[in-house]
Amino acid sequence: MLADDVRGMLYIALKDLRAYYLKPPNISWGILFPFAFVLAFAIRSPGNLRDLVPGLLSLTLLFGTSSMEATVIVFERRTGSLERLLLAPIRLPALLAGKLLGGMAFGLTVTAVVLAVTLVLFGAAGVQWPSLLLALLLGAAAFGALGAFVSVAVREIFEAQTLANLIRFPMMFLGGVFVPVTALPPVLQVMARLLPLTYLVEALQGALAGRPFSESSPDLLALAACTALLFALATLILRRRVE
Amino acid sequence: MTYAVEVVELTKIYPGNRKRLPVRAVDEISFAVREGEIFGFLGPNGAGKTTTIRMLTGLSRPTSGNARVLGYDLKSDLVRVKKHVGVVPEQSNLYDELSAYDNLMFAMQLYGVPRGERHARAQELLARFRLSEKRDTPFAQLSRGMKRALTIAAGLAHRPPLLFLDEPTTGLDVMSARSLRGMIAGLRDEGVTIFLTTHYLEEAERLCDRIAIIVSGHIVALDTVNGLKAQVAGCTMVEVSAADSGGQAETRRFSGNDVETALHAALAWAEAEGRQVVAVNTLRPTLEDVFVRLTGLSAEAMLAEKGAKGGAHAGG
Repeated sequence: MLADDVRGMLYIALKDLRAYYLKPPNISWGILFPFAFVLAFAIRSPGNLRDLVPGLLSLTLLFGTSSMEATVIVFERRTGSLERLLLAPIRLPALLAGKLLGGMAFGLTVTAVVLAVTLVLFGAAGVQWPSLLLALLLGAAAFGALGAFVSVAVREIFEAQTLANLIRFPMMFLGGVFVPVTALPPVLQVMARLLPLTYLVEALQGALAGRPFSESSPDLLALAACTALLFALATLILRRRVE
Repeated sequence: MTYAVEVVELTKIYPGNRKRLPVRAVDEISFAVREGEIFGFLGPNGAGKTTTIRMLTGLSRPTSGNARVLGYDLKSDLVRVKKHVGVVPEQSNLYDELSAYDNLMFAMQLYGVPRGERHARAQELLARFRLSEKRDTPFAQLSRGMKRALTIAAGLAHRPPLLFLDEPTTGLDVMSARSLRGMIAGLRDEGVTIFLTTHYLEEAERLCDRIAIIVSGHIVALDTVNGLKAQVAGCTMVEVSAADSGGQAETRRFSGNDVETALHAALAWAEAEGRQVVAVNTLRPTLEDVFVRLTGLSAEAMLAEKGAKGGAHAGG
């Protein structure tokens, strides 16, 4: 049964990548959009561009992972093709994990391109690679679970886009991408602690600055906890919707 | 006798809310589908046909009752049930962006068809459903009939011994519907058990070995086509054509408990009208007569409810 679940999960992710994600407009948008944001900020407040790299990587991962995924399940529910997956001999969490995996694969691919560009520009000296890779992987999982949660919580595609942005945009400004969390008013600092993006930005800052793995581990744990919570919620909602 | 499906007191109640009362969509139905037969499930819209299929294929959880599908317990062994049945929903719901071939390959991947067999099986299914030339065409660009055929092919990709077919020919033109019916009959000949719902009584009559009629969540009849017809055999109909003095013929139908009574009524009408009888036919009851008698609904009303076109109905 587990073998069926794992196989189903992988093929659902591959099918989604092929059918929806790996289209030229998606790839170029996924890469250019975060650059545009960061450049706009850099022009407004010129400073050390290198400080913006963790935020740039985090934004790329957030939008790359969650944008398409948040609409794919809604789209398939509307067209009736989600029913094919519900009829397949796999359990519901495996179905959802397949969807999440597709989003993660796409988000990590576009982030890898952006990471390569930043490393060429700023050099890779002192980068704590295990922390960096694990942070990106867990960040992708958390944002993938966020995308899955959004997609099962709504009925229409436009609602999915609205809800995703309602969560992502405040997260972008509170999560330490442009302004350090410590510079925010205390109330907003508390709110920032509830957002997965905050932990990813912090983990990436530590990894790029070459700080030891142990320093990033609370952030990595927080990302894993966000993933578990959002994935459990998404599974619960989808199960209710199916029945 | 071995059964592919055994249903015991299966019930589905959709809970109510502030705006809606609870709905008892399927009410303690029990029936069995024999291995290797085409089992027809007929009923007006909202009678509980699709709800029953959804429960038997794991898309909806029964409120009470249970079923065994291919020997597996529906409640405790659902993943095994899903692994061994094929389902063709009413809507042709493959992936628009994938080609005919890729859609079949994905269906096989999901159901665990061994990697080495997939390509040959996809080619075989494409050939069988006359879609080989459309192998690389995206699903979105296929005609409605081709989409239907490919959806059935995808349901068969993992060689299920039991296939659920929900309204397979609805909305198809006459030729596509006829061709699909031929394919469905061919599957039965290969030993596949078929659970078929349809709005087309003629289709059910031609294809099904046995038919269950469901009305308001209850099964009101279950028998072979001839067995069902025998239930209304008490009502015989005679069709008489009679010409007036100018040679203009008029045709009328008369019913009675037997041929003699019906014929007497027909002749009495011709005599009263001063007409000369030119032709007499006795009409055997059709499945439509059975359906009308049991559901109180005309076949036309059922098709109109569904919004289905008559084209496929007229087709053979």
